[in-house]
Amino acid sequence: MSAVTHPPLGRAGAAWLLVTRSFIVYKKNWKLFLTGFFEPVFFLFSIGIGVGQLIESFEVGGEPIPYAEFVAPGMLAVSAFNGALMDSTFNVFFKLKYDKLYDQMLATPLTTGDIARGEIIWGQLRGSSYSVAFLLLMWALGMLHSWTAILALPAVLLIGFAFSAVCMAATTWMTSWQDFDKITLLQLPLFLFSATFFPITAYDGWLRWVVEVTPLYRGVALCRELTLGQVGWESLVSIGYLVVMGLIGSWVVRRRLDKLLLT
Amino acid sequence: MIRARGLRKSFGEFEAVKGIDVDVRRGEAFGFLGPNGAGKSSTMRMIASVSPISGGSLEILGMDPATDGPAIRGRLGVCPQEDTLDNELNVRDNLYIYGRYFGIPKGEVNSRVDELLEFVSLTEKSRSKVEDLSGGMKRRLTIARSLVNNPDLLLLDEPTTGLDPQARHVLWDQLFRLKQAGVTLVITTHYMDEAEQLCDRLVVMDKGLIAAEGSPRQLIEEHSTREVAELRFAITDETNPHEAIAGKIEDLGRLEVLPDRILVYSPDGEEVIAKVHERGLDPIAVLVRRSTLEDVFLKLTGRTLVD
Repeated sequence: MSAVTHPPLGRAGAAWLLVTRSFIVYKKNWKLFLTGFFEPVFFLFSIGIGVGQLIESFEVGGEPIPYAEFVAPGMLAVSAFNGALMDSTFNVFFKLKYDKLYDQMLATPLTTGDIARGEIIWGQLRGSSYSVAFLLLMWALGMLHSWTAILALPAVLLIGFAFSAVCMAATTWMTSWQDFDKITLLQLPLFLFSATFFPITAYDGWLRWVVEVTPLYRGVALCRELTLGQVGWESLVSIGYLVVMGLIGSWVVRRRLDKLLLT
Repeated sequence: MIRARGLRKSFGEFEAVKGIDVDVRRGEAFGFLGPNGAGKSSTMRMIASVSPISGGSLEILGMDPATDGPAIRGRLGVCPQEDTLDNELNVRDNLYIYGRYFGIPKGEVNSRVDELLEFVSLTEKSRSKVEDLSGGMKRRLTIARSLVNNPDLLLLDEPTTGLDPQARHVLWDQLFRLKQAGVTLVITTHYMDEAEQLCDRLVVMDKGLIAAEGSPRQLIEEHSTREVAELRFAITDETNPHEAIAGKIEDLGRLEVLPDRILVYSPDGEEVIAKVHERGLDPIAVLVRRSTLEDVFLKLTGRTLVD
């Protein structure tokens, strides 16, 4: 047996191998993958269309629209949010703590940076794949009002990235399964109060400011502006916010993996 | 292949490795022996370039693990103490994706995986889930995985711990074949027979330091005698009879008085027995055997239980 040297993996190629691994895992469990798609669809039909029938007129940015078309972009952002959370919390915790998956990867030329990037990208892709399906549903239901709706694709990728990175970072501090209650405790109010089901104008004064700086609100607002064709400066603020959030999260994940695994 | 000088590793206040010098040459099988907590695994993790060194210097394959970690790891095979297989993938995919981590192209990985499954006799299990494998099969899969990149240097941390005798012998045989093929092996173990079987050269570690170094034969010659006579006496009264008997045979060689027997280290065991009888002592059982590495090990690291 003689040693064969291979050209070193590029950093992008290395991160993509982790995505490939997750892909092989889910190829066999594709049903598990599907569940994430239905939740936002159910909310769209029950609250958006069902409850929406009780609402006679509804205005966004001065234009009257059916209530369901207000809720739909919110659910679009929520799909990316929920999907990103699935893998970057419980699954990462399991791999880190019990499966020792990252330890075996670190015995190869892979680095903690590759692992951080690969896992974040996978969470991001999982979340945004739900959003893409949801966007197609919106299109089929005639809920897209502007060509800018196509930009909702990069937008949901960005939302997936931001939440995948930050949630994975938070997961590195978890010590037991019970700690995940804290994530659930945050997930539900973010879902309900990020102007998903009613406009931000329902809040007054400081409370409105609080909601405006929460991350899911930025995602919901961005998706709504894009699908309704009401893009403005505020959209850029949301983009900048989510980019910075994702980058900080990624940096923290790498630092934490160094600390936990390279002892 | 490996060159360590004054190598140290500490975890906070605790010093696991307290300054060791090690040289491993190409093509040899090198062993780290020692009781639990001697610092073997910490040393192995530093060599595997996943654990930053705390002091001294370490060079692996001519490179510095602090700066060339990925390049070094690309040429190492690592078989960790606990199987860290990918439980979400089947047997074949475990090897496939692991090979891909090394940047080996798809086609090449696939043929390599077939070869390795054959080598460790797991071809029939290639579609099985990892959790359905027996302990011995998991170990063989871990070994196969560590070979996927045709490593120059193979690190095995207690490779046969927890295996049944059949599985151990199969594994030894495979490791021996690898050695014949020119792979440099670094093994930690606390099984002395394993060290004697596999290692050309070894160091005995104790409490983070190297207590002795040499080939198994050299170590036995230096730290023990050619033979050992084991004497067992009937216990006749409550006072410690072995101590009393030991006083009468002190001059026959180095003695070790244990609760159930007395060991006499001597170049000629039969002669010891003859003299014991001459002195009117009547052991109920005697055994003359050759010194083993285990005698060396126990002499150097003591008989006290380490947790």
